[in-house]
Amino acid sequence: MATFRLVVRRLLSSTPLLFLVSALTFVLVSLVPGDPARTIVGQHATVEQYETVRRQLGLDEPLPVQYWHWLVRVFHGDLGTSLFSGEPVTSVLNNRLPVSLSLITAGTIVSGVLGVLLGLLSARRGGLLVKAVDVLALVGLAVPAFWFALVLIAVGAVRLRWFPVTGYVPLADDPVEWGRSLVLPVLSLSLSAVAIIAKQTRDSVLDTFGRDFIRVMQANGFSRRSILYRHVLRNAALPLVTVLGVVLVSLLAAAVFVETVFAMPGLGSLTQQATVQHDIPVIQGAVLYITILVVLVNLLVDLAYSRLDPRVRAA
Amino acid sequence: MKQPTTPSAPRSRNRRPLIRRVLVRPAGALSLGWLVLLTVATLAAPLLTTHGPLDQDLGHVLSGPTADHLLGTDNLGRDLLSRLLFGGRSTLLAVGEALAVFLALGVTLGLASGFLGGWVDWLTVRTADLLFALPGIIIVLVVLSVFPGNLHAAMITFGVLGSPGIIRILRSQTLGIREELYVAAAKVAGLTRQQILRRHILPRLISTVIVQAALFAAIVVTIQAGLGFLGLGAQPPDPTWGGLVADASQALDRAPWMLVPSGIPLVLTVLALGSLGDAVRDAATEGWSVSRMTAPTDAPRTVRDDRRPAGTVTTNSTRSGTSALLSVRNLSIDIGGVPVVQEVSFDIAPGETVGVVGESGCGKSVTSLGILGLVPGGGRVAQGQVLFDGTDLVASPAARTQVRGTGIAYVSQEPMVALDPMFTVGRQLGEAVRRHERCDRREARSRVTELLDMVNIPDPAAVAGRHPHQLSGGMAQRVAIALALAGRPKLLIADEPTTALDVTVQAEILTLLRNLQADTGMAVLIVTHDWGVVADLCHRAVVMYAGQVVEAADVEEMFARPLHPYTAGLLAANPHRAREGEPLPTIPGTVPAPRDWPSGCRFAARCELADDRCAEPVTLTEPAPDRLSRCVRSQQLLAEGTS
Repeated sequence: MATFRLVVRRLLSSTPLLFLVSALTFVLVSLVPGDPARTIVGQHATVEQYETVRRQLGLDEPLPVQYWHWLVRVFHGDLGTSLFSGEPVTSVLNNRLPVSLSLITAGTIVSGVLGVLLGLLSARRGGLLVKAVDVLALVGLAVPAFWFALVLIAVGAVRLRWFPVTGYVPLADDPVEWGRSLVLPVLSLSLSAVAIIAKQTRDSVLDTFGRDFIRVMQANGFSRRSILYRHVLRNAALPLVTVLGVVLVSLLAAAVFVETVFAMPGLGSLTQQATVQHDIPVIQGAVLYITILVVLVNLLVDLAYSRLDPRVRAA
Repeated sequence: MKQPTTPSAPRSRNRRPLIRRVLVRPAGALSLGWLVLLTVATLAAPLLTTHGPLDQDLGHVLSGPTADHLLGTDNLGRDLLSRLLFGGRSTLLAVGEALAVFLALGVTLGLASGFLGGWVDWLTVRTADLLFALPGIIIVLVVLSVFPGNLHAAMITFGVLGSPGIIRILRSQTLGIREELYVAAAKVAGLTRQQILRRHILPRLISTVIVQAALFAAIVVTIQAGLGFLGLGAQPPDPTWGGLVADASQALDRAPWMLVPSGIPLVLTVLALGSLGDAVRDAATEGWSVSRMTAPTDAPRTVRDDRRPAGTVTTNSTRSGTSALLSVRNLSIDIGGVPVVQEVSFDIAPGETVGVVGESGCGKSVTSLGILGLVPGGGRVAQGQVLFDGTDLVASPAARTQVRGTGIAYVSQEPMVALDPMFTVGRQLGEAVRRHERCDRREARSRVTELLDMVNIPDPAAVAGRHPHQLSGGMAQRVAIALALAGRPKLLIADEPTTALDVTVQAEILTLLRNLQADTGMAVLIVTHDWGVVADLCHRAVVMYAGQVVEAADVEEMFARPLHPYTAGLLAANPHRAREGEPLPTIPGTVPAPRDWPSGCRFAARCELADDRCAEPVTLTEPAPDRLSRCVRSQQLLAEGTS
């Protein structure tokens, strides 16, 4: 019940974000130089033909009214049709969503596992590993995903031929090839995320180790294993969850580049193509989808936080 | 015109200018060097290159580095060094545009929000929070789809989208500074808002602004290259860094070398901006948070001067002889190479309660943790023995681990942070019980109830289901004591167990400790600065000053006739003995920090009775049977008393 209330409250509080983004997009689009009606009817149409098309497109109405009509259509699942392919935008987006979700889910798992392991090792062992994690954090954030992706292709696909150069095989077609086609994209997506997570894990584990209750447990004979794996980890997980949320949102952004490099038909590469082609309805739809994903990620973070922290759970 | 005088902003002494402090750091100097070099080379590109960025040399396409083409050529034989330097110009411009917007918005709104408060603050924070949640690159793509190829629009947008980060930081810093005393004083002195902002607030924010600007510039460089790579920036054949990477991607199989000149300068630039930001931050905050206790600096001057041959102090073990449960002998503890506890010795007999008394900073807590081998702050036991039931815990880590919980248990000062906030009381107690008793869950549960009963918790079953944050301070301390009792210890170390509690609760906890000791027969070592606690509970007291034992005696004898001026001063300052209408006597001065310990008597500077003899190291003597004192006048004090 408390969880349900939390979900509702979070969803309500993220509505402004959705409206802001869609309104922003809408206003920007209305600034497009050139006249869509003129583009459709051509240079030689009569004034009446032109006016008819303008009315059909709703362009004769004031901007807020146009936005309202757009919103109403969106709520009916109608995001318009692609100017480029003529397909309904919703079906274009729905076809592409699974690709991005595979990539981002795999990227989250890989960077989460690798980052937490590295951070833990560095906190436990100290010495060289501490330096290594610091260097990784600096470099991981400095190396752009798209360039790192090319390096991975040059080594892992062109030279060693272990993985396909580009392309994406749907899971339903061939699970093994699906996995192989994801390895390099996931690695390039994860580099900076691993860096951030490893550093955060190390810092919050060390921070937790310095807290009073850990000393009390040591003094009263709790086992090392339990202190580290039950008590320190559980407490260190809290700040980590927040960071994980930020990382997930940054993965959404990085997916634009990674999907483009690997020619994966996902939401990110769609946004890039639509930008190049000035396919406005598709852009609007993609932005809406991505914003909804951001809202969902933040919701998941809040839920995870409230599961983990008894103080929030009770509130 | 006369300016009102104002107190000046607090400044650390001997501070060199920020730029010098950044440059003395290798990372700072290297980063700044690279950025300056790159900027100059980019601006002077026409002078530095022999080939134009668009000149094609079709006889040498996709070549590696040669004397003619230092970084090689691309698929049209164009010189990569030239394209890199000319391409850097668009990067520079993009960073300039985005930074200008970022700083203009960020500094103005951050300052206004923090300084003015009210609706300005409310609106700014709300908007910033909304923008913060967006993936900026997506919005930039929308802008580029509307204004094709217009990188200026993209960079200005990106500057806007990046500003919430700096707005939040500057807002909270401004809020902090505004509340500080000297700004309040400046206001009283009649300065205008602009003057306060310009003179007192802006100077303090400069390093933060530089740090944020450097980190943001790093992101802009990446994003600008990314847009170029996606074909959304300047159009071919104009060179951009991102475009170079895109060219390289077309020739991955034939000329993987191209990845190097197209990517490495980009990575180095982002790296340089990032570590420049870190260097400025470190330089700006250097010396602010270095704890005196833990700083690993030069060895203190006086420490070893007064060292006597080991063993002279073991006299006080004569009292209980070999029958002592715990015998601490010549225990010295270092933290960060600085001795904080020196040659402390005392014994505790089975069932005995001993109080360790002294002001804060005398090494009481460190000593009690040192017994368990848990010195905080990376410290270590430098020498000495801790004999528990005849086994030296310093020499044997295995015995030490073994004894924790079952032989010696520990209760800390702050009950509210002594329990893991994530687990229920029952889970934590259950874990301790199962660890020590090796029993199954059912037995553990009934033992948990029993333990909670022992510490007088009214409804054990209900409390076991609660989390620490749902307990009151007194309740939490009872639970912490129950946790310590789980291993049926022979000795309980309680480090100021009542200091953090309300007075009424203090009395309850003390009564509980006394009853527990009577019931279980365990010995108790209680660290305290409260003579009431000593009088109430203890058989014997050990007084510590500046890391040394200065007096040890039976409580009644000590109260009747203290044999060290420090003990006498502490007793006189005891609020329990205060007489109505008279000011409470205090000991002038403060306990010296470990670094400042003199070679002679450490209390001499605060002592009314000090004379020339006190400049020499003073040893612990036994002026009367079972009484120890570290004072040159101990015989005199024994005969005459302190008053």
